Amino acid sequence: MTRTEPATTDAPRPATQPTTGGAGATPRPVALAVVLLLGLLLLPFVPLVLASFAQGYFYPQVLPERWSLRAWQVVLEPDGATWAALRDTVTIAVSVAVLSLVMAVPAGRVLGTRRFRGRRVVELALLTPVLVPAIAVAIGLHVVFLRLGLAGGVPGVILVHLVPATPYVVLLTAGVFANAELELEQQARALGASWWQAQRHVTVRLVAPGLAVAGLFGFLVSWGQYVLTLVVGGGRVVTLPILLFATASGGDTAITAATALFHALPAVVLLVLTSRILGSGALTTFGGAR
Amino acid sequence: MSAWWHRHEDVRTWVALSPALLLVGLLFGGAVVMAGLRSIGLLGIGEGGPSLAAYRQLVTDPGFARSLGLTLYVAVVSTSLSVVLGIGAALLLRRLGAGRRFATTLFQLNLPVPHVIGAVAILALVGQSGLLSRLAAQTGLLDAPAAFPAITFDPWAIAVILQYLWKEVPFIGIVALAILSASGDDLEEAARTLGASTWQRLRHVTLPLLLPGVLSAAVIVFAFTFGIFEVPLLLGPSSPTVLPVLAHRRYTDVDLAARPEAMAISVVITLVVVVVVLLGAAGARRAIRGDAAVTEVGS
Repeated sequence: MTRTEPATTDAPRPATQPTTGGAGATPRPVALAVVLLLGLLLLPFVPLVLASFAQGYFYPQVLPERWSLRAWQVVLEPDGATWAALRDTVTIAVSVAVLSLVMAVPAGRVLGTRRFRGRRVVELALLTPVLVPAIAVAIGLHVVFLRLGLAGGVPGVILVHLVPATPYVVLLTAGVFANAELELEQQARALGASWWQAQRHVTVRLVAPGLAVAGLFGFLVSWGQYVLTLVVGGGRVVTLPILLFATASGGDTAITAATALFHALPAVVLLVLTSRILGSGALTTFGGAR
Repeated sequence: MSAWWHRHEDVRTWVALSPALLLVGLLFGGAVVMAGLRSIGLLGIGEGGPSLAAYRQLVTDPGFARSLGLTLYVAVVSTSLSVVLGIGAALLLRRLGAGRRFATTLFQLNLPVPHVIGAVAILALVGQSGLLSRLAAQTGLLDAPAAFPAITFDPWAIAVILQYLWKEVPFIGIVALAILSASGDDLEEAARTLGASTWQRLRHVTLPLLLPGVLSAAVIVFAFTFGIFEVPLLLGPSSPTVLPVLAHRRYTDVDLAARPEAMAISVVITLVVVVVVLLGAAGARRAIRGDAAVTEVGS
C-alpha cells in the first residue's frame, strides 16, 4: 500500500474536485469510491433543496417544472412561525451553553488536571446521562416538573436540556484542561503574579478557544433536541425541531423542506467554522453527543 | 479559613465538582428514580401499594415483545452496518492524497445536523413519492408511487436504518480515522516488510488497532439507535413500533392507568442501554490489552 503524506499545501483551500490530486497521489478507484461515498451521504439534501424551490412539485417531476421562492417567503416571513421558533431555540440553546460552561469549568479543570479517589465514578456518573435515551429522562422528569410548575415553559426546557448537555460539556472541558500547558500558570505565579493575574493573563488565554468549542457543542446539543422539548415543553415551547416535525406532518413539502434547511444551516456553518479554526478534530467530538 | 481551604485539596476537588454533579444527580438521577418508582405504582395518580402490575402487563403483552424485538433489531443492524461501513470509509479516506482534508470535512457534514432534519430528508429521498421513486418513474421503471418499494413505515424499518447509517457511518468513520492518524502506519509498514498480504495486514494489524476505540464508538451508536424517538416516529412502522415511541404513546394515553406501563418501558430502555454500555466498556478494556500485545509484537 503506497501512502503519501497529506498534501498540506492545498489542504485548507476547498477545491471543487476533492480527489484530483497532484502527482498520482490518489489511485483512481479510491477517488471514485470516495466521490460515491460523499455523494451518497449528501444525497438526502438534494430533494430538500429541489422541493424548497418548487411550485407544485408533482410526481414524477425530478426537477420542478416551475421554480418558486414561495416556500422561502413563507418560512422567512418577518412575523412568521420560523423566526419565533428560532428565537426560542436560540434563547434555550444559549442558556444551556452558558449554564453548562459555568458548571463545567470548575468540574472540568479538576477532572482534567487532578488524580483523586472516586474519579472513575464521577466520569461514569457524567457519561451515563449522555448515553441514556432522552425519552426516559423526559417522561421521568415531566411529572416532577408539572408539580414544580416548570412544565410547558422555556425555563423547564432549559433545565431538561442541561441533562445531556452539561455532562458532555464537562467531559470536553476536562480534555481542554488536560491538554493545556497549565505549568505556565505556575511560572507566572513564580514570577510574582497574583492568583487572579495568573488566571486572567495566562490560564484564560490558554483554555478560552477550547472552552468556546465546548460551549458551542452544548449549544448544538440543545439546538437539535426534540423529545425533551416535546414532553417537557408540552407543545407550548415551539423550537425549530418541534416546528419542523409539525410542518412535516402537515404535508406542504416545499415549506417542510425550506424549514429543514433553515434549521440545518446554522449548525453546519457553526461547526465548519470551528473546524477551520481548530482543525477538523472539532467535528469529530460532536458525533458523541446527541 | 483561607489556609484551611488551601490545605484541603480533596475538599476543593469536590466543591469544584459539586455543581455539575448536583445537576446530574438531581435531574438525571431524579428522572430515573421517579420513572422507577412510578413503574411500580408509587407516587403515581392511582394510589395503592407498590406492585409489579405494569411489568406483568409488559411481560404478557405480545405487542411489547414485538416492540422490544424491533428496537433491538434496528439498533443491532444499524450499529453493525455503521461499524463495517464506517471502517471501510475511513480506510478509503486515508488513501486520499490531495484534497483529503476537504473530503474529510464533507464526510462529517452530517454530524451536527439534527435528527429530525435527517428524517425529513431521508423521507424526501426514499419515500414512495421521493426523489428515487421519481427518478425510477422518469426512466420508465415504474408508473406510480405505489410501485416503488415501500421502505418507509415498513415492518423492516429500512428507512429508519438508512437514516441512522447516514448519521453514524461518518461518526464511526471519523473515530477510526482519528485512531489511524494517531497511530501512524509504522505497524502496517512493518507487517508489509515482513511479507504480510493486504488482507493479513487488515486482519492482524489494522483491525486490532481500531478495535478498542471503534468498540466504544459502537456502544454510543447502539445506545443512540436503541433510544431515539423522533426518527422512528417519522419514518418507522407504527405497529409494532420501537420502544421509545411505545413509551411515549403509553405516557400520553388518555387512560392514565397506562402511565406506570410507560414508566416500566422507560426503565427497560434505560436498563438495556446501561447493560450494553457496561459490556462495551469491559470489551474495550479487554481489546486495549489485546491491542497492547499487538503493539509489543510490532515494536
